[in-house]
Amino acid sequence: MSGRALDLLLQAMPVAFIMFVVLNFGGILTWVERKQSAIMQDRIGANRASIFGIRIFGLLHPLADAIKMLTKEDFMPARADRLLFKLAPFVSVFFALTAFASIPFGDTLRIAGREIQLQAVTLNVGILYVLAMLSMGVYGLMMAGWASANNFALLGGQRAAALMISAEVAIGASVMGVVMVYGSLNMQDIARAQGHPLLPQLFGNWIPAWGILTQPLAFVIFLTAGIAATKRIPFDMPEGESEIIGYFIEYSGMKFGMFAMADFLETVVIAGMTTALFLGGWQVPYLQASGFAFPWGAEVALPHLAVVGLQVGTFLVKVSAMIWFLMLIRWTLPRFRYDQAMRLGWLGLFPLSVLNIVLTGLVLLVLGKA
Amino acid sequence: MASPYQSGNAPMDSRHSSRLTLRQRFFLVEVLVALALTARHFIVNMGKHTLRALGVKSAHGAVTIQYPEERRPYSPRLRSLHRLVRREDGSPRCVACMMCETVCPAHCIYIVADEHPNPEIEKVPARFDIDLGKCVFCGYCVEACPEDAIRMDTGILEFSAYDRASMIYTKEILLALEPARADGAPSSPVPIPPHRVPS
Repeated sequence: MSGRALDLLLQAMPVAFIMFVVLNFGGILTWVERKQSAIMQDRIGANRASIFGIRIFGLLHPLADAIKMLTKEDFMPARADRLLFKLAPFVSVFFALTAFASIPFGDTLRIAGREIQLQAVTLNVGILYVLAMLSMGVYGLMMAGWASANNFALLGGQRAAALMISAEVAIGASVMGVVMVYGSLNMQDIARAQGHPLLPQLFGNWIPAWGILTQPLAFVIFLTAGIAATKRIPFDMPEGESEIIGYFIEYSGMKFGMFAMADFLETVVIAGMTTALFLGGWQVPYLQASGFAFPWGAEVALPHLAVVGLQVGTFLVKVSAMIWFLMLIRWTLPRFRYDQAMRLGWLGLFPLSVLNIVLTGLVLLVLGKA
Repeated sequence: MASPYQSGNAPMDSRHSSRLTLRQRFFLVEVLVALALTARHFIVNMGKHTLRALGVKSAHGAVTIQYPEERRPYSPRLRSLHRLVRREDGSPRCVACMMCETVCPAHCIYIVADEHPNPEIEKVPARFDIDLGKCVFCGYCVEACPEDAIRMDTGILEFSAYDRASMIYTKEILLALEPARADGAPSSPVPIPPHRVPS
């Protein structure tokens, strides 16, 4: 194989990995959601779908759902805008999928004399890219609401747009605190910087400088606004399946399934972003490029592949834990009223995130890092 | 004055006040309290599920009863599918007095009386149909019967059908039923009307 082809193949690897992981996470989340909510509510949850009597904890239900979605009637209202109506779910899913591209899931992998960044796209403005893709997702919803030729759908689409704008401002402003602390918009740089010790003159090498420790306020704001961006309970007023119904009221079959899928994918993206920015990304505490270096002096040397494997595994574990937490919130809180959500976004989260920027600037000034 | 319906803005119970305290308005603490509650449920139940998977049969992570395979015991007072009580010789104890048909508020019982061969017994039903599609399971027929000839103790609850005709149960079907077992489980199979038997 020529060197160029190998280069291409190696570059395609992280992309394929991201696609594989994100899509599978998104698919399996339907099962996780049903099972986790069941366990939280002292129930058993979906466990009946079986192939030849094999049930494997209801894991076949997503499969059954997919078959059901694909075989359902694909209805389109007579007065709907044909192109936009069909395009909307694809736009939703596309931007939810691409948002993950600049989230790093490991450090540099050295293989066959080449260096591969474990990140689908290495971008110097990675954070802005993810934010942009997340906001583009709302176009799908607005298109759906508008193209359906249904007033309820239109109202739902507008609620989605309003919610998304109020959430995005808070997301962007809270992330600025992280950017100030780590001095980069590149998510890989931010993940690397989180491996450095926090305030070494005080704590020595004991505590890694994870974002949740350097930016606790930003973490809370980002998480709240991030949940709002996924449009799930407690911020599901764009959808409100149970009564107010939203932008996808006219959708059926797999198109409807794609909207549901986009929500799950966005959950994965928010979990991945929270992990990358606040939970140390792929960092394992005390794991350096050559192996573990514990603060009490012990050292365990590890081969390069083992280190990278540990990092990628840790990243996935952190993302899974984060998803678990997001699901926990989704099955604990009731829905905010629309005006409450707006007030929370504009009068709560946004001023707080600006305050966070000011405080971060002051602290950095005092520590002499500005 | 203690009306269950609240008027005006005055809360009856300070815990349910529409005016939130500062801590409640701050949301975050209350949200964390709520998350702790649900997370505790999750962790405890997950632990019990894991124990059960490892073979500890006394651990129950859920209160679910896996219905068709697993049933909760029925109360002996449960009013389930009717049955006609038999005499020693297998003929119905019913004397076709029409009491149940008369008292039935849903008009779901239809009786055609006939002479009984034994002169000591007044009558016998030639037909005794119950339309379960109309029956409201009030139990008045059981109360009204002077001969204790109809009972609702079979424990059978699943007799759904795809059409109304299949909900009409005849004398022969009702005579063949047995009372439920001590735990309330039916001891006779769910009867299928003859025209519904798959050919």
